Amino acid sequence: MEENYAIEMLNITKRFPGIVANDNITLQLKKGEIHALLGENGAGKSTLMSVLFGLYQPEEGSIRKNGQPVSIRDPNDANALGIGMVHQHFKLVECFTVLDNIIMGVEPCKYGFLQKAEAREKVLALSEKYGLKVDPDALVEDITVGMQQRTEILKMLYRENEILIFDEPTAVLTPQEINELMQIMRNLSAEGKSILFISHKLGEIMAVANRCSVLRKGKYMGTVSIAETSQEELSRMMVGRDVSFAVEKAPAKPGEVVLDVKGMTVASKRHNNNAVKDVSFQVRRGEIVCIAGIDGNGQTELVYGLTGLEPLKAGTLTLNGQDITRAPIRKRSVSGMSHIPEDRHKHGLVLDYTLEDNMVLQRYFEHHFVTPAGFLKRRAIREYAVGLIEQYDVRSGQGPVTPARSMSGGNQQKAIIAREIDKDPELLIAVQPTRGLDVGAIEYIHKQIVAQRDAGKGVLLVSLELDEVMNVSDRILVMCEGEIVGEFDPKKVTVEELGLYMAGAKREGAAS
Amino acid sequence: MKKEKTPLLRNGAVQSLLASLLCILIGLLLGYIALLLINPAGAGEAILTIVKNFMTYSRTTAQLKYLGSTLVKTAPLLMCSLSILFAYKVGLFNIGAAGQYVVGAGACLYCALGLHLPWYLCFVAAVLAGALLGAVSGMLKAYCNVNEVISCIMLNWISLYSVNTLLTKVKEETSPYTYTLSSTSPEAILPSLGLGGLFSKNQYVTIAVPLSVIAAVLVWVLLEKTKLGYELKATGCNKFAAKYCGMREKKNLILTMAIAGALAGMGAAMLFLTGFEQWQCTQSAVPAMGFNGIAAAFLGGLSPIGAIFSSYFIQHITNGGAYVDKTMYSAQISDFISALIIYLCGFVLFFKVALNRWLNRRDEKKGGGGK
Repeated sequence: MEENYAIEMLNITKRFPGIVANDNITLQLKKGEIHALLGENGAGKSTLMSVLFGLYQPEEGSIRKNGQPVSIRDPNDANALGIGMVHQHFKLVECFTVLDNIIMGVEPCKYGFLQKAEAREKVLALSEKYGLKVDPDALVEDITVGMQQRTEILKMLYRENEILIFDEPTAVLTPQEINELMQIMRNLSAEGKSILFISHKLGEIMAVANRCSVLRKGKYMGTVSIAETSQEELSRMMVGRDVSFAVEKAPAKPGEVVLDVKGMTVASKRHNNNAVKDVSFQVRRGEIVCIAGIDGNGQTELVYGLTGLEPLKAGTLTLNGQDITRAPIRKRSVSGMSHIPEDRHKHGLVLDYTLEDNMVLQRYFEHHFVTPAGFLKRRAIREYAVGLIEQYDVRSGQGPVTPARSMSGGNQQKAIIAREIDKDPELLIAVQPTRGLDVGAIEYIHKQIVAQRDAGKGVLLVSLELDEVMNVSDRILVMCEGEIVGEFDPKKVTVEELGLYMAGAKREGAAS
Repeated sequence: MKKEKTPLLRNGAVQSLLASLLCILIGLLLGYIALLLINPAGAGEAILTIVKNFMTYSRTTAQLKYLGSTLVKTAPLLMCSLSILFAYKVGLFNIGAAGQYVVGAGACLYCALGLHLPWYLCFVAAVLAGALLGAVSGMLKAYCNVNEVISCIMLNWISLYSVNTLLTKVKEETSPYTYTLSSTSPEAILPSLGLGGLFSKNQYVTIAVPLSVIAAVLVWVLLEKTKLGYELKATGCNKFAAKYCGMREKKNLILTMAIAGALAGMGAAMLFLTGFEQWQCTQSAVPAMGFNGIAAAFLGGLSPIGAIFSSYFIQHITNGGAYVDKTMYSAQISDFISALIIYLCGFVLFFKVALNRWLNRRDEKKGGGGK
């Protein structure tokens, strides 16, 4: 019997010089279903989607819509076929309102004048219908990430797209927002929209999808029905081996205090209020302290204050008994503070530099790498970089002379981690170290962080991923609106409980 | 990972060279077409004259002499292009090289003609003046976030009129030009060390010529081999990463502009301390040298070593234009042709991008067929 497919990609093969990015992949999306596309970074998910959007032309294979063969030469063809996508990094104009962003490109016009009232009605009706709470008149730069995502969804609905693609949509959301998004996706599919959900988070796929197709290293591993599978089976299909989800670690043995923060206050760049308000805590040797919280509740500013990227308005910082409240960044770094930054492209790497030059970014001034006259010791830098590349298994096209820009996200992150850990710090500050990475890389990075703890270093982990918070940390501090609202033992608290504190619904009375 | 040899066409230096040569060819072709349109009879000869420059003279001594004159003007152009490419490598667009060149000229000429200082002090004064002006733009950028292009353009004009005012004090009474160095303060003339003798006693050929080449090599060493170059380039590529790893990005910005300014100021000293030109105190346009430096920097593929050759080429064309038959073409034709070629020089980067795109497409067509 002929099944009713909204879109079919049949036997797609796409080759690049030296690599087969998609090797005979078949993806069939039924009408009204939520279909997950699972695969590690580099498995070929992006290439497949680029083929669907006409950005690449496959060497072999065909695409069919409602059973009819179609040819997609460019993204406009894809739009005309009713295919829409919410990108991982939103494509919104920050200084436009939500409404302006939604109608951009398909503005209703009369005699060259915009007819916004009409568009507004339509947007409000759509958001009502699908339960997408947005304020059409707010500026995009002022609204939360979750609302920005809903704006992207409305963009697709406004264009009356039938096939909706979500590319890693939950990476930037809080647990509560993730639940909301899942509900929205269910509503959409109930209304007959077909959804392709790209993810490598197994829990979410299990919770929301009907079927799941798995890619590994460019090859199609099969499609399974979610009702008949398990997380373990999916992960084995994706990675090709068993992966441990729980981070193995011995109980912490906290030692002396390595970082002491008292009454720390940091001004906000966005509003007049302080981003970090009178925060005090300690990090001891041999423990992993985790700052949990929803994005934008002062964690970024907290880290900027600790590392010296932003000045403190009030409070004191003590590292290893040394007052570093006003110390410049370099001083903090050489005194034993390592910082794995939140944004590896903005802060972590000089993308136009080679891998080896990035490897010595924190040490190039040491006499091991520079002569007294100020000349770089190129050979020493090369040897050092090659050593780190081998030790930390950083993969790249041309080894130490690879431009950092051309490396994959996971390997860029590995390079930063290698650099920061090899500095042999007293305190390791890791901000979202596994953001956007695949299961294998996450496992590796978590092991490194635990190894640092076991080597007697203090670790401060800032994370938005609750799984990571629960698995890796020895102690959890929850931040909400610039304050620490609770301290927990990960063994004695539930994710739901943490979520309530993160959202500001609960807080510890007199504590902290 | 298997090590692969990069194909010759993918090599950055080869690409720059090809793109530069292509620009020159297209420039000459367009120049030829323009000449054809104006007066078809002499076009072929005129374009040959421009390319031949000093070679139009039949006697070797004359050829050498005029080669010397071209070199004298190449030195300051090379310094200006070094100033621009140095700042460019650090992520700044130093359109202020023109102004820094002007204050350099003002400082060295005043020290020479007004204060009667020896040549090395005049030289240092020019360097310092340029550096100071560059640092002003750098500080405005670092502390007030003023775009360096805006501040540089305004400073260019401020410099021009300030220098005109200053040098009016050492001006000949009957002309708008400053005193000649040879008559007023011969001790300020750069030593020739016998170099003039090599060029048929062209007294204007001085140590400035080899000095500018040495400066190009030093700029290359500074950018590629030193800790300072590493820091400055990192700041230019990503100032957030530079701050993150504890570099003082504000200091680096100011230092970059100061070095760029010093290079342009030195360029002025290399021309005006030879006595080859006098300053015209009534001029109302910023000298083109600083702007031509932009063209030279890009034609040279933004490499200090490339700049040596591109600066010479641009000066060669400009000088060659002077020999075009003035009975057939108006006097401005030489400027016109060299302007065309200089304009085309801006396309070097464009051609590099186009070449890469073509290579990529070719590789993609080969597809899985092999590496």
